[in-house]
Amino acid sequence: MDHKSPLSTLLQISPISLILGFFLVLPIGTILIVSFWDYNDFSFFPDFVWTNYSDALGSNVTYKTYLNTFWYAGLTWLFTFLIGFTVAYFLAFHIHTTRWQIVLFLICTIPFWTSNIIRMISWIPFLGRNGVFNTMLQSIGLIDEPLEFLLFSDFSIVLAFVHLYALFMVVPIFNSMMRIDRSLIEAAIDGGAHGWQMLTNVVIPLCKPGIAIGSIFVVTLVMGDYITVRLMGGGQRASVGVMMWNEISLLLYPAAAAHAVVLLAVVLIMVSLIVRVVDLKKEL
Amino acid sequence: MKNPTTPTSLSRRDLLKRGSAVALGAAVGSQAITGFPTIWAQNIKNVTLRQFGTGVSNINAVAKKAKEDLGINLELTALDTDATAQRVVTQPKSFDIADIEYFTLKKVWPSGNMQPMDISKLKYFDKIAGTFKDGKLTPSSTIAQGTAPHTVSFTDGPNSKSFSKSMTNWYTMVPTIYNADTLGIRPDLIGRPINSWTELLNPEFKGKASILNISSIGIMDAAMVCEAMGEVQYGDKGNMTREEIDKTMAIFTEAKKAGQFRAFWKTFDESVNLMASGEVVIQSMWSPAITKVRSMGLPCIYQPLKEGYRSWGGGLGLARNLSGLELDAAYEYINWYLSGWVGGLLMRQGYYSAAPETSKLHMSDDEWGFWYEGKAAKNDIIDPFGNKMEPAGAVRDGGSFLERMGNVKCWNSVMDENRYMVRKWNEFIAA
Repeated sequence: MDHKSPLSTLLQISPISLILGFFLVLPIGTILIVSFWDYNDFSFFPDFVWTNYSDALGSNVTYKTYLNTFWYAGLTWLFTFLIGFTVAYFLAFHIHTTRWQIVLFLICTIPFWTSNIIRMISWIPFLGRNGVFNTMLQSIGLIDEPLEFLLFSDFSIVLAFVHLYALFMVVPIFNSMMRIDRSLIEAAIDGGAHGWQMLTNVVIPLCKPGIAIGSIFVVTLVMGDYITVRLMGGGQRASVGVMMWNEISLLLYPAAAAHAVVLLAVVLIMVSLIVRVVDLKKEL
Repeated sequence: MKNPTTPTSLSRRDLLKRGSAVALGAAVGSQAITGFPTIWAQNIKNVTLRQFGTGVSNINAVAKKAKEDLGINLELTALDTDATAQRVVTQPKSFDIADIEYFTLKKVWPSGNMQPMDISKLKYFDKIAGTFKDGKLTPSSTIAQGTAPHTVSFTDGPNSKSFSKSMTNWYTMVPTIYNADTLGIRPDLIGRPINSWTELLNPEFKGKASILNISSIGIMDAAMVCEAMGEVQYGDKGNMTREEIDKTMAIFTEAKKAGQFRAFWKTFDESVNLMASGEVVIQSMWSPAITKVRSMGLPCIYQPLKEGYRSWGGGLGLARNLSGLELDAAYEYINWYLSGWVGGLLMRQGYYSAAPETSKLHMSDDEWGFWYEGKAAKNDIIDPFGNKMEPAGAVRDGGSFLERMGNVKCWNSVMDENRYMVRKWNEFIAA
């Protein structure tokens, strides 16, 4: 390899540094600064106060809201993992030709051809009190009264999340599975492992990086979401994102910025825990 | 638009076609409001004005008509109520005209991002209703609680950021629209008469009620309910104490936890969908939302309640950065706005125009009788977009203008304890 001059190294790293600087460091820095500002009903102004943090961390509502958000993130993670793993397993091990793998994989992406708002809203007439699903259940005589919990509930929120984010689990897990050396599986079977042992001792450990990447996607997306919770929860359910959105719409920008900083810290901790379980650098 | 056949619906172009002499006569005559369109300034042609507001009055028909009459390009942006306040405060250069509510104005005026209007340049100031001047609907009426429009309508000079207690020559905003709000119900799904605000929390409608999630307005609806229940006595609903806010929110939080509410809504369309789909049978609602549900063929009533109405008003304000030709165009546009055509458009949807006399000229006698005077309709009532709203013989919910606006108990407001109220409201939403 040629020895590079310092100038060419600088040139090579500058595009990514500039992009990260402008689109990541600068906005987060701004949020951090604003989170210490003070505000009144109609404006916010430079200052250095801790009230935004003490309001945020001193309120029971914040903790309840975080618990709620963890609940959504946990359930969504569980279901997207089960679905994502199963779909990926089927594609990777039961479909034997690359052509069909590609075809079926593309079919998985079809729902993503429409915007996520539309995918979400389309659930509302389906799940409503007089919606398609309730009408159907009533007409075949399964229930007398419409099921109210289907819409504007935790159920509908998690359902929409799973629908929106399952593919984020499928793709990395499928990718990991495709890298598994098939001879390892043959060896396990030759060694007398039955299906379940083969799955838990060979496939899952080797899929860990895929599972970790998928989990990071799903968890961070759910933790930061507000529109799904607002639309599917009928405006009655809280999440951290909804809480911030309320503050922004009431012009309480510094308060929202403090919440954003806290959320960022929480999500970073969650991601670091995931990465601690799976050493992504080593596995990739 | 297929509407009235009164001479007033002739456009300027029609008149010009019939000969300039007639047009000239019309122009001269219009100084005294004869109902003939004014000849508007010619130098403002093709000036672009950017206006934002709630979905209520940001209608494309207005932009189209403004282009026809004035030649200006009106760019409209519809936002939710909270977003209108954000826009004024955080993006003062992104608009020329703010179409906002009076309580929003109270919040954003001190930012200095809007400029007052010189009343001597307003052609139709004398036609504006008393509610927006000294606050009196009729000389004998009392002023309701809350942020009544006249309390934030005047300011001391072109650079003032505060409000003046008495009338001055500087208008913070030109009033355009107002109405009395109450609860909307689905009579077919309720099946019995409703006559009190207390019904919103009646366990009979468990899981079928809704309230709007805009704190300044929602808290007032909540207060109307708590007061009607006899649970809370308010000194002034428009300016509650912390204790009153706590009590009110406690009652609503309890109801929420018991599953009283199906959803909370934030935009006009959400309220329509909740009602039309039958998810909700009783809720806070705005007049045109009722109209929209009815035009889908579903029964929906804007139910007058014995405790009275919650009222709101809105108007057009100018951005601070507006100057020169654009400023002239904005004045011309606002004068045009009050000259009647837009007023008629608003009135025929169930709002009241702030200058009712001029609007009357753009409505048929039957429409005026139905919407303003509370008389039975002689013919089918058609909305400005051609949909049939009411059959002949129908009477407006709540009756005449005086019966409805005369029974207003409070205005949408911003309280001294606003910050505390907002925090409590957010806790209620998150509860």
